[in-house]
Amino acid sequence: MKTFRGKTLSWQVADATIELLLDRAPCNEIGFQTLAELEQFTHALDLLQTDAHTLIVSSARKQGFCAGADLRELYGHLAGTSPGQRRAGARDFLERIHHVANAIDSAPLTTIAAVHGVTFGGGFELALTCDLIVADKMARFCFPELRLGLIPGFGGIPRLKRDVGNGVVRDLLLTGRSINATKAQSIGLVSQVTGEGDALRVARATAAQLSKFDRETAIAAKRFIKPIPHAELQREIEIFCELFSRPAVEAGLRKFVESKDALPYLP
Amino acid sequence: MSLQRTTDEVLQLASNYFKVPREQLGPDDDFFKKLGINSLQALDLLTRLEQHFHIELPDYELQGVSDFRTLAERIQSRL
Repeated sequence: MKTFRGKTLSWQVADATIELLLDRAPCNEIGFQTLAELEQFTHALDLLQTDAHTLIVSSARKQGFCAGADLRELYGHLAGTSPGQRRAGARDFLERIHHVANAIDSAPLTTIAAVHGVTFGGGFELALTCDLIVADKMARFCFPELRLGLIPGFGGIPRLKRDVGNGVVRDLLLTGRSINATKAQSIGLVSQVTGEGDALRVARATAAQLSKFDRETAIAAKRFIKPIPHAELQREIEIFCELFSRPAVEAGLRKFVESKDALPYLP
Repeated sequence: MSLQRTTDEVLQLASNYFKVPREQLGPDDDFFKKLGINSLQALDLLTRLEQHFHIELPDYELQGVSDFRTLAERIQSRL
């Protein structure tokens, strides 16, 4: 399908650019519906890429790019399950989302995440699958998973490690702190910082520039410089599943879900 | 920069961005209540303060902080 409008996202192709737009309230939390539609998108990529040079991933939600996994939905699925069932459920979800992430990561297109506001957890991990991150000056990046007794599970650590120094990975992972777009650019994570509300326009301008280059050369350059860290990604799934059945995770999720704040993103 | 000036600038920035008259904001006010903001908007405020003062302020330093004066003290310690 050249155009698609689902419950959580949409896509279209225009000017040799595929635009994937996340649009699920409140901040594009990734649950089963979003996962299913992302899978539809990756299946459609084979057809879409024949007419395109670039993929831009962005968000229609004012609050931000993506707040990560849908923790309320996840907590609901935990209720009444055994540790073994939890591990199996987590593994199934992670293997599916990793398949999506790897497809975007390795797509024979130049990929740009145009991010603003909250770019946390799985949202940060989704941005990291892209070749370039263009960030609104109000964007914030964070891996809050340790607060829940978990590690990032959508491929975030191996991809962050691919892009920046190990000290930066440890800082973001072990402190769970959020950093702003300027800081993210200074550590080499963000390609361009834009004015407020301008990330998508800048991403489109970048896509227009990229379209001038020979596509086969761009694909060869990407394959040369951006290997998929498959072994570490698989190890991440194993560690996540080991951690997932521990009582600390259920307690952490319960604290999050029972918070009176509609958007309990502060530590 | 003095703590007094830092506090004044924090109050002015909050007033400008969240459209609350400056004269209605004081150093000991709870900024969540006075500005009517949630934790997500507090992150916005944090980003604007980092940009204004050219500092990096880890969000865990704001744990339990809800008044402008303490917020200004945290900023002051990074200047």
